[in-house]
Amino acid sequence: MTEFVDVALLALLAVTGLALLKLRNLFAVVILSGIYSLLSAGLFVTMDAPDVAFTESAVGLGVSTVLMLGALALVGHEEKKPTRPRVLPLAVVILTGAILLYGMADVPPFGDPNNPIHQHVTPRYLEEMPEEIEVPNVVSAVLASYRSYDTMGETTVIFAAGVGVLLLLAGRRRRGQDEEEPGE
Amino acid sequence: MTYNIILRIATKVLCPFILIFALYVQFHGDYGPGGGFQAGVILAAAFVLYALVYGLENCRRVLPPQVVYACMALGVLIYAGTGVVSVLLGADFLDYNVLAHGDPIHGQHRGIFWVELGVITTVFGTMVSIFYAIAGRKGLN
Amino acid sequence: MEFLVGHYNYWVVVFLMMLGFYVVISRTHMVKVLVGLSVFQTSVFIFYISLGKIRGGTAPILIDGPAVYSNPLTSVLILTAIVVSIATTALGLALVVRINEAYGTVDEEEIDAIERADEAAVLEAR
Repeated sequence: MTEFVDVALLALLAVTGLALLKLRNLFAVVILSGIYSLLSAGLFVTMDAPDVAFTESAVGLGVSTVLMLGALALVGHEEKKPTRPRVLPLAVVILTGAILLYGMADVPPFGDPNNPIHQHVTPRYLEEMPEEIEVPNVVSAVLASYRSYDTMGETTVIFAAGVGVLLLLAGRRRRGQDEEEPGE
Repeated sequence: MTYNIILRIATKVLCPFILIFALYVQFHGDYGPGGGFQAGVILAAAFVLYALVYGLENCRRVLPPQVVYACMALGVLIYAGTGVVSVLLGADFLDYNVLAHGDPIHGQHRGIFWVELGVITTVFGTMVSIFYAIAGRKGLN
Repeated sequence: MEFLVGHYNYWVVVFLMMLGFYVVISRTHMVKVLVGLSVFQTSVFIFYISLGKIRGGTAPILIDGPAVYSNPLTSVLILTAIVVSIATTALGLALVVRINEAYGTVDEEEIDAIERADEAAVLEAR
């Protein structure tokens, strides 16, 4: 049953992606990318990652859509018809995709408990965590305790991105003074 | 959107529940799905909803930008401060075992609590200030 | 056949990744490029979570009694990556807004044309 849901959601994701590629009205594109996030959140639930699904639906569907719509209101939402032919990008994408598919063939089969990824650090987390930290949610424990350096870095990245956005946008706009030529 | 009565009333009803839900996600994160990252985004979403319906100016009056900017930095400080406290108590940086005297597990719980508090503060501050920055920008025309 | 079915997730991941990549390198409206980038990112998230899934497993929230838990480590990595991805997307949007204020457009080809016209004008003035 889970497999069926999995297959269906992935197919829907692919269709949403194609629609997203085709559409020219960017309001529709942004809403579709929200739908894309929601579908991937559903996929994360079937793949036993409720924490990730939670984050994806809050971030991808909520905040990201609002920010994109806010930016679209400022920059205009009609995509122009391309003037150049797109043979080169297509060739690059097909080539890269072929290499990736070739590489993916060596990835161990989906859902096998003997995969290398499950052999190394994870068993220790799952076995020792109840005695060491006593927190039922292993994800929270690994995030905040075992890998707290990592999380501190991520928090700092978010802080830095926020500061960057404020530096770019929070000041008052000076018309005509910002248009300096980039030095060459 | 500002004069649509259904949206206004629905927002008024929903906002407190969203805020409570964010706190639930934050403090129940040890027992179920959730944690600082999600809670921060949900907390920010409550204010984004308020700003969308009642206007940015009113939202700025409820939650001044200076407070939000302070939150951004404060969260990272709380996080790093937890590490510094554990260093001062004689352990490694971000080693929570020493945070409660002689009880490593309790110490771990305290450490996780403070660290998650830092995460929610930074994520909330960043999300809201990014929203303020983009939504508060006037268009060219 | 079993090989094809067993890797189904990964095939779709590659498709989505290339779709996002194609949007990034072939479209000219910058907001659409950012949407393509987020499609790309989401496909990487799906790849990681697929790696961590164990068939018949359950979410890594400990319960009494024996159970098979899926890998919590991938969840942790992706959890933080998602929030970082929105932060970087917001930074990109901020840049797009500033570009729009400087050039009056966010279409890469038009910006190219403006730049080229500017350069030609500078050369002519000399």
